[in-house]
Amino acid sequence: MHPAPSIIAFTTFSGLGLGLLFWLGVDPEAPTGWIGFAFFLIGYLLAGGGLMVSTLHLGRPERALKAFTQWRSSWLSREAWTACAALIVMGLYAALLVFFGVQVHVLGWLGALLCLATVFTTSMIYTQLKTVPRWHHWSTPVLFQLYALGGGALLSGRVITGLVLIGLAALAQAGWWLGGDQRLAASGTTIESATGLGHIGRVRAFEPPHTGSNYLLREMVFVVARKHAQKLRLIALGLMAVLPALLLLLPFGHWLAAVAVLAHVAGVLVSRWLFFAEAEHVVGLYYGKR
Amino acid sequence: MAQPRVETSPRVSDEVRKTTCYMCACRCGINVHMKDGKVAYIEGNRDHPVNKGVLCAKGSAGIMQHNAPSRLRAPLKRVGPRGSGRFEEISWDEALDTAVGWLKPLRETAPEKLAFFTGRDQSQSFTGWWAQAYGTPNFAAHGGFCSVNMATAGIYTMGGAFWEFGAPDWEHAKLFLLFGVAEDHDSNPIKMGIGRLKERGAKVIGVNPIRSGYNAVADDWIGITPGTDGLLILSLVHCLLKAGRIDLDYLARFTNAPVLLECNPKSPDHGLFLRDADGKPQVIDRATGKQVAWDTPGIMPDLTGHVRRAGVTHTSVMHHIAEHYLDPQYAPEAVADRCGLTPERIRALAAELARAAFDDPVVIDRPWTDFRGDRHDRMVGRPVAIHAMRGISAHANGFQTCRALHILQILLGAVETPGGMRFKPPYPKPAEAHPRPHARARPGQPLNGPHLGYPQGPEDLALSDDGLPLRIDKAFTWENPLSAHGLMHMVISNAHAGDPYRIDTLFLYMANMAWNSSMNTAGVMEMLTDTDENGDYKIPRIIYSDAYSSEMVAYADLILPDTTYLERHDCISLLDRPISEPEAAADAIRWPVVEPDRDVRGFQSVLLDLGARLGLPGMIDEGGAPTYADYADYIQNHERRPGVGPLAGWRMSDTGLTHGRGSPNAAQIDSYIANGGFCTLHIPEEAQYFKPWNRAYQDWAVTTGLCDTAAPYLFQLYVEPLRRFQRAAEGHGDQQPPDHLRDQIKGKLTPLPLWYAPDAGSPDTYPVHALTQRPMAMYHSWGSQNAWLRQVHGHNPMYLPSRLMQEHGLQDGDWARVTSPQGEITVPVMEMAALNPNTIWTWNAIGKRKGAWALKPGAPEATKGFLLNHLIHELLPPKGDGLRWSNSDPVTGQAAWFDLRVRLEKAEAPPEESRPAFDAVTSPVGQGPDQLTWQSKT
Amino acid sequence: MTCLPEQTTRSLGLVIDLDTCVGCHACVISCKGWNTENYGAPLSDQDPYGADPSGTFLNRVHSYEVQPDNAPAQLVHFPKSCLHCQDAPCVTVCPTGASYKRTEDGIVLVNESDCIGCGLCAWACPYGARELDLAEGVMKKCTLCVDRIYNENLPEEDRTPACVRTCPAGARHFGDLSDPDSDVSRLVAERGGMDLMPEQGTRPVNKYLPPRPRDSWQGEVDVLAPFLEPVAEEPRGLLAWIDKTLEKL
Repeated sequence: MHPAPSIIAFTTFSGLGLGLLFWLGVDPEAPTGWIGFAFFLIGYLLAGGGLMVSTLHLGRPERALKAFTQWRSSWLSREAWTACAALIVMGLYAALLVFFGVQVHVLGWLGALLCLATVFTTSMIYTQLKTVPRWHHWSTPVLFQLYALGGGALLSGRVITGLVLIGLAALAQAGWWLGGDQRLAASGTTIESATGLGHIGRVRAFEPPHTGSNYLLREMVFVVARKHAQKLRLIALGLMAVLPALLLLLPFGHWLAAVAVLAHVAGVLVSRWLFFAEAEHVVGLYYGKR
Repeated sequence: MAQPRVETSPRVSDEVRKTTCYMCACRCGINVHMKDGKVAYIEGNRDHPVNKGVLCAKGSAGIMQHNAPSRLRAPLKRVGPRGSGRFEEISWDEALDTAVGWLKPLRETAPEKLAFFTGRDQSQSFTGWWAQAYGTPNFAAHGGFCSVNMATAGIYTMGGAFWEFGAPDWEHAKLFLLFGVAEDHDSNPIKMGIGRLKERGAKVIGVNPIRSGYNAVADDWIGITPGTDGLLILSLVHCLLKAGRIDLDYLARFTNAPVLLECNPKSPDHGLFLRDADGKPQVIDRATGKQVAWDTPGIMPDLTGHVRRAGVTHTSVMHHIAEHYLDPQYAPEAVADRCGLTPERIRALAAELARAAFDDPVVIDRPWTDFRGDRHDRMVGRPVAIHAMRGISAHANGFQTCRALHILQILLGAVETPGGMRFKPPYPKPAEAHPRPHARARPGQPLNGPHLGYPQGPEDLALSDDGLPLRIDKAFTWENPLSAHGLMHMVISNAHAGDPYRIDTLFLYMANMAWNSSMNTAGVMEMLTDTDENGDYKIPRIIYSDAYSSEMVAYADLILPDTTYLERHDCISLLDRPISEPEAAADAIRWPVVEPDRDVRGFQSVLLDLGARLGLPGMIDEGGAPTYADYADYIQNHERRPGVGPLAGWRMSDTGLTHGRGSPNAAQIDSYIANGGFCTLHIPEEAQYFKPWNRAYQDWAVTTGLCDTAAPYLFQLYVEPLRRFQRAAEGHGDQQPPDHLRDQIKGKLTPLPLWYAPDAGSPDTYPVHALTQRPMAMYHSWGSQNAWLRQVHGHNPMYLPSRLMQEHGLQDGDWARVTSPQGEITVPVMEMAALNPNTIWTWNAIGKRKGAWALKPGAPEATKGFLLNHLIHELLPPKGDGLRWSNSDPVTGQAAWFDLRVRLEKAEAPPEESRPAFDAVTSPVGQGPDQLTWQSKT
Repeated sequence: MTCLPEQTTRSLGLVIDLDTCVGCHACVISCKGWNTENYGAPLSDQDPYGADPSGTFLNRVHSYEVQPDNAPAQLVHFPKSCLHCQDAPCVTVCPTGASYKRTEDGIVLVNESDCIGCGLCAWACPYGARELDLAEGVMKKCTLCVDRIYNENLPEEDRTPACVRTCPAGARHFGDLSDPDSDVSRLVAERGGMDLMPEQGTRPVNKYLPPRPRDSWQGEVDVLAPFLEPVAEEPRGLLAWIDKTLEKL
């Protein structure tokens, strides 16, 4: 799949933001006043900004509101609802905290739940796609949740919780990669099943339909060299988990913490790039590509 | 939620205008849907005899051709050096005055110094008529580099060939054998036919080095080595003769198999037919044993007839066929290796032909009477249909290979019989019924007859009294006596070399000679720009007419911009290459379904204007005023013979409108338009098969004006005119070939077909065959300016068989250097398994010159695309005798494109662009837009 | 709306004959022409005369080489457009309801005025049947020529999809695949019509007829041998045989 910057940014930042909001929601003593304002602002910038960026990849962003209509069947529509609900509920919760110093725990818990639900719906947009076997697995939502929770914890200053969750995310990510590498083969979809010609012999794509490129190839057939992928996987793990862990286990300092957070975010961006770039859409089989 | 309401009955168009397609050479009928005066959509015309409603990719993309940014806009005068593409727009008056200023003095002094050659011209009976009136012998169209072998072999052998001349009987054939076919030759009809065969459960066998297109759907594929088709066919003939699987009754009645030959080696007529006092070939009547003329009513010619006279036994052609082809040199075991096949494969094919032809004949209960007066109760046919075109034709042995193919068809009794191959009017028409060539130019006078024709012997050659070629292309000379379509591929080369003489003005129409239509493209570009010691161009003047900014435009001095095919009048005439079907004669028109929005004019109208300004006979009246206002006027009012004009439909008779013979009708084009752009003259049922011998057909042909008298004839298994040239080469007669050509004529112009290996470079140095073929979605260079089609074929890889990919360590996308005796190209490669293991190939004419066709500089056509033409020379490598030997068939002069042999190497450092690369030409029309959202709906 | 209908009254679709398709691209361009002029926005082309021409097409013809164990490689031309699946994953993922499957005939359509161009439907389709038009920003797909097949402005015989009407080889058939007695259903039954990627569970309506067995002559060598039984080995013998045979006629 094409690693579109808008979608990578959206899933990464909205995940982090929603994760941060989650922790603010469940915090028994959530920050108030200016400090609260700063935390919520970061959360909203990340979550809302991510969501806004996601509209950049729409062909018709002016019609985005129509995406709320199909919540009964569409995960993307559900994501729109959960995201709005999360942001509204958390907004109310935050306003009370910041401006009135009042913490309504129920609102916080509800908002936190909606944040997780939003991350879940986002992950389900990918997980539901049978056409991308690498994504089509229960572990994808788990991975997204761990990323959001881990990153959010880190952002909210929960060092230990954050490191534990990030460690879990790293483990989950490694497992997801290893499992993902087998999934296209395991899906049973091959060029033979795609063409129905397997009963005659071995099938090989010959001339493509057009000599030039097309939307399908640009959008769904992105070939990343295997050796580069392995290198990038290590870089991603190093940045998102190992480096933050090292930095945060050193004596605490705001600068180190900031660097740790940035390293984590960079690592997540790399892993998200791989999430798309390595994902094989079965339509590639029609073009003799994977 | 309710479903959205969908408008399921939108207005399709304001009006449908029916005309004829010109996106390739097939001439399908099209419905042009108009909205607000603009072309909105093009589909096939269901009533049309050629395509019956279907339409190919090219035809459907016509709207993008009609609106292409590459369209020329006004007459152009060259202002930069030739080849630069720098022009300035001028008025039509200036353009025509310039042309008249060049052509008028020439006509008055030396009309042969005008060479007028048209490319994919569909108005040859008109352009030829113009050239004849001008008086130059130097006229032809592109047949010489296309498929003249097929046409000529067919006409000499059986009075017709494939495509416009004849087609398989799709409704009755049970076995269809298809040899190499250029896709634009009868493209939709062949696709429809193959579809129909499959629907009927008939078997399709493809003989082709490449298993693409039609061969991909063939039930069996025979991946033959290029240039060996003739050998395979003669081996099939060998097998069938040996097994007695030939149609004896058919051969006896309808072919010259029973005709007696002069067998006395001492006679000057040795090998010619025995003739009576009337000159009629003789046969033995089986009933009486007497020697009689072939067409004597009531006789049954004896296939094995012979007569002994003065100690010499004169035997029938059949004896010679038996002697020739039963020879073990044609046994499958003897030929298989050279063909790249196994003997078993060849035998199985022969047996399949035998089974299909004789095990289950087609019988139609339809009585008919033959020319000898014999009444036949039924029509019995051999359901083996064979079709071939360019693939077997474009070789230096192509004429004899095509002849061999027809011999095979005829031995099976599968021509003009149900289930076989049938002619389309005006065919059948034997070689003798065609004109002979005419080439004697006289200052200020028209030529004494049509340029092109079918020589019957040395006396018909286009040679001066000194034996020198009269034509610039050396057609109808000893080098290639039967060059019935001329040799367009030699025109520029000969004109540049001044061999046989220099010319002044080269006038070309729709012929992209500076690019894909020339062999040795780079060489031709040099010849067009080469100067003499005075700095003058060696070809002093070049006029070119084209509708588009093709590569050739840059090399002309004066451009006469043509219209698109939707803006013009045309006629697809029975005098020319009509759209007939085996069961009907048919012709068609084009008409301006839209008017041009640029300062361009239909070429034929311009030619008439030019003719009138030059005062050419037939183009001005006694007062010197133009006879015809424009081409439409000519189409309606010109008469070639009394009662016979360009169009056969809706002519005037004493009783009103009539088809066929009749006087001109001022509303004829309107009638065509009202009828969908064409006219069909149905052949009566009784006359639909056995046409060359069928009285009912012969009578119908006379009535409709296809010919003036009934002229039944025999199929010529043995072609006597070839023997006449051989006799000359053996030293008989006044007309004698030069000594250096005697062996060639003796050895290759044999009256019974033979096979010889083309002379195309040493197999040791150049071990691999290289071919091109036309993709179904593109017609030569035109497709690349078409925004839709160029997405399908924007560049062309060289396809290599798996064996060669492995041998050279190549992978898809790698580049290879391909070298021939003529030159070298470096191009991207791609693997193809379904390919003869010793053959490489690419798509034809996808590669483009930078700057042409209004494409932007980075267009893949010009960076990754390439031409194979660079590897093919118009001349054979020098033989050390100082002579220029053309790379052509020695019988017809057909360009031997497919004889090319090459060697391969992996290009270790891939170039940035295909090699050779050429500088960009300046586009006289700018470049196309960045985005298309085409829609005429409002 | 993006819920799939439980059942459709009819299941209109195409049957594509891989035995007959010669790969001419006629269907591709005819489709491009009709749908540029009709249903919704025109099918646009970017850089149409430049280095990387790329436009929206609703139907494309692939080609595949198939290598059997003991016979020459085969080339199969393979037209592909929307298969109008019964379980169309492209419909259910649509967030706006722009994508839907019609209850009356099963045609999967995009209501362009509702489409936000998110591309998710194209991701959900295993066949590559949907392409986002870059000029219009909406998803384009085969409509089965819904504006032809019921079009009262067209003669009855022309009420078929443009690709079917134009196909020169007759390799494309259109009809109701839910009716077992329809011509298309019979073709599917006779010729073993198949689904593409059945394991994806999309239940396509369009079916593909596999190529008939090719290059089977080797199995027939013994059957064919009698047809070449010699009547003579040399010219004299052949002429004698001809004489004898003609006597009998």
